[in-house]
Amino acid sequence: MSTISAGEGTGASAVVAAPHRLIQETESIVIRFVGDSGDGMQLTGGEFARIMGRSGHDFATHPDYPPEISAPTGTLFGVSGFQIQLASGNALTSGDRPDLLVVMNPAALASNLSDARPGATLVVNSGAFTGANLEKAGYRGNPLEDGSLDDYRVLSVDMSGLTAQALADSGLGKKEISRCKNYFALGLMLSLFGESPDEQIDEIRNKFGKSNPQSAEANIVAMRAGYAYGDASELIASVYHVPQAHLPPGKYRTITGNQGAALGFVAASERSGIPLFLGSYPITPATDILHELSLHKNFNVKTFQAEDEIAAICAAIGASYGGALGLTTTSGPGMALKTEALGLAVMLELPLVVVNVQRAGPSTGLPTKVEQADLLQAVYGRNGECPVPVIAASSPADCFDCALEAFRLAVKYMTPVILLSDGGIANSAEPWRIPEVDSLPEFKVSYRTEPAGYQPYARDENLARAWVVPGTPGMEHRIGGLEKDYLSGNISHAPANHQRMVETRAAKVAGMVRDIPATQVVGPASGALLLLSWGGTYGAVAKARAEAEARGLAVAHVHLRHLNPLPADLGEILSRYPVVLVPELNLGQLARIVRETYLREVVSLPKVQGKPFMVSELVTRILELTCGEPA
Amino acid sequence: MNQVLERSIDIHALTKKDFESSQAVRWCPGCGDHALLTQIQKLLPTLDAPRENYAFISGIGCSSRFPYYLETYGMHSIHGRAPAIASGLKLARPELSVWVVTGDGDALAIGGNHFIHAMRRNIGIKIVLLNNRIYGLTKGQASPTSEIGQKTKTTPYGNIDRPFNPVAVAIGAGASFVARAVDTDLANLGAILKQAAVHRGTAFVEVLQNCNMFADGTYEALTDKTKRDDARIVLEHGKPMIFGKQRDKGIRLNGLTPEVVTLGTDNVSETDLLVHDEASPNSSLAFLLSQLHSPELPVPLGIFRKVCLPAYEELCAEQSAAVVAEKGAGNLQSLLQGGASWLVTETH
Repeated sequence: MSTISAGEGTGASAVVAAPHRLIQETESIVIRFVGDSGDGMQLTGGEFARIMGRSGHDFATHPDYPPEISAPTGTLFGVSGFQIQLASGNALTSGDRPDLLVVMNPAALASNLSDARPGATLVVNSGAFTGANLEKAGYRGNPLEDGSLDDYRVLSVDMSGLTAQALADSGLGKKEISRCKNYFALGLMLSLFGESPDEQIDEIRNKFGKSNPQSAEANIVAMRAGYAYGDASELIASVYHVPQAHLPPGKYRTITGNQGAALGFVAASERSGIPLFLGSYPITPATDILHELSLHKNFNVKTFQAEDEIAAICAAIGASYGGALGLTTTSGPGMALKTEALGLAVMLELPLVVVNVQRAGPSTGLPTKVEQADLLQAVYGRNGECPVPVIAASSPADCFDCALEAFRLAVKYMTPVILLSDGGIANSAEPWRIPEVDSLPEFKVSYRTEPAGYQPYARDENLARAWVVPGTPGMEHRIGGLEKDYLSGNISHAPANHQRMVETRAAKVAGMVRDIPATQVVGPASGALLLLSWGGTYGAVAKARAEAEARGLAVAHVHLRHLNPLPADLGEILSRYPVVLVPELNLGQLARIVRETYLREVVSLPKVQGKPFMVSELVTRILELTCGEPA
Repeated sequence: MNQVLERSIDIHALTKKDFESSQAVRWCPGCGDHALLTQIQKLLPTLDAPRENYAFISGIGCSSRFPYYLETYGMHSIHGRAPAIASGLKLARPELSVWVVTGDGDALAIGGNHFIHAMRRNIGIKIVLLNNRIYGLTKGQASPTSEIGQKTKTTPYGNIDRPFNPVAVAIGAGASFVARAVDTDLANLGAILKQAAVHRGTAFVEVLQNCNMFADGTYEALTDKTKRDDARIVLEHGKPMIFGKQRDKGIRLNGLTPEVVTLGTDNVSETDLLVHDEASPNSSLAFLLSQLHSPELPVPLGIFRKVCLPAYEELCAEQSAAVVAEKGAGNLQSLLQGGASWLVTETH
């Protein structure tokens, strides 16, 4: 067992620090907080990331929590984790393997140690390593004492005991005091990274000082105690220093994918000039969008918690019919329930956005784990010839842009649009450069009010019909799910009319290709291998490409936002590379679409473990395919 | 041309004709659905709203063809979902008069969930349920209101599935307006629809409707002129419950059990009879009346319950206004900024 000492690690250099401290400089570091699901690891991790972001670092986070709200304490299945990568360059992902593991109890150690890098630093709450907890985690002895952690650097701190000591005079009960130990851990981590806790203290007071002053002060005391302990402890010989990232100048905040989507939808309402209506039913991991939008009733936003998934989309369709931006948000099982109504929206040709925050399936699957296996469902999964445009967000911040893009397309083409997110980016956070509202795309909507010559299904140059809302004099008409006459919209069973309507609906969605900007190829314009990815795998794939390039390989990357229709230039781009590698968190769904569309072979790299790709997994496959040898 | 058209819409008083669409009505001759269409077409011109403010939403089934035949805004949607679509429309556009026309299968089988939640919310939509105790459009299967023993294509040996009582379901779900009418009794149907139209919140009207193709005569006892007055009772607010061809029968409560008594015999007078109170805040009486069924007791027609409760769309608007009053009208730039932001300056 060894403690951190001077001169270890990459690029270590001694700079400013307390006299007994050395500074260990690193370009990036992966930290994982692990503890009981009641230990507040999500909060601690999120706050730590935000503080580090505020001090100029790029970061990416990944929460990994159990589905139980409050699993029995100390159990293996109750372990909750939160991983952060801090970087001076582009963080892009939360990192493959933790360099630093903050461990709150034995179960957390048992279930996370194998993920940590060899020689990783373990900051352990030794106070939780009691006989009972060790037994629950399946340990016969105490790993802190039996030498089994000799290959790691262990910083063993009795966080439980020291928190209790610090709060002895607080007047709080044992249980409340125990709940503060995550703030002790946060304070300790801030000292390890040379960050002052002062700003955080101000924020806690601002946020909770009025509503819950006693607990706010207790958390501050615990955090100070953790910080002071770290600052004074002889055990800590060095502090970490990750140089500031070269982020474009501007104002930044932390944002998760679900927050990003919600704000994007508010922005869509503002930029289109019409109200937003969300019909939704709670489902993990999509519910936070409903939570967030429910807060913003002082905007032109209505939220409606419906009785079920079907009612949620139907209410949104009703609102769209009435002239609002109809929105519904869900995850895979809910998407399945909405299918029939989505077909109705295709027939009605009304604007609608359906967000599927994908989770691991099928059926209930792994509700809190990431997967992107609903692509084929999105593109094809309806009865009849039922084309729906599909776009996918690539990162938490991109959820904001995609939310705007989804509605821009929906109103321009009078069509439902599916926006795919996933449980990874929905709950992950990254720094987001706050845009100026004036710089956001504007798409002012006007309803048709001119009765002369009106035909409900007459179309414009984009094959979109006019949006006429009830309440408009002289334009009363009926629409519905039965096939309609090409112009009047009256029921028509005429054979040739049906073929014409089916083909027109298909042509309308296919024609949206004109709205897709030229595909960006990152890396050489031709070369040995092209990585083709979509959705939340963006960060890992981009990083893998950079690593491959650093090894001198001619590897390029295309990341798709538009999945139906696909970009017009994609076929030509694919033809410039002998090998196209398609990594996906499914069994090869985009690979299947690409094969079918372009009649060319691609190599699928599927992963369905409820976990995101590790960069190293991708690099290994790239090396196999380009050098013919495993890494 | 245009101006002429607009002006003609503005000035002339609306008539039934203005609410007839160009589409040929395709219900079977003799179907009770025709009666509802006529009553609605007669009713709407008598109400305050301009024609463009009506929207009729339907699901799937014979009755759901309704919107095509009415010259208003309309949507023929998917099976069972009309109340959900109508709810979204009403929330988005509270000033519209939003109606749902549905059937027993549409509202009570596939759409049962939306039906009860509309009642619970008291959202300002009018739901008219044409109950013919059969699936007509699919040509004769048992519905959730088919009677025990009823023979249909799916119950060739008789129905063993206990039927729903739509009025009881609506009252149980908390509806603020619940009424029942018979398709052939045009005067009562029209009067009830008029009250439903102006009701605050969800108004539910069950129309007992004859399907002369697949369940002909299912309400014969209630419609046959020689029998009907003894088989039904027309509810009148504040009045004792009297019925019968000779208006000599009444309903009296024996404990919690209603019984039929004859006025003038056994010292029974009007003062012994149950008095209808549609406005009772407590729905017990309305529910008790919903349980009356023939042949032992007369089937009640008319308004079971009519109480004044805030409508969901009003509460929604009030809440938004309160949030605006508290936080001020939303500013997108400060929303995007969030609580804690930081500045990154030019680096080198």
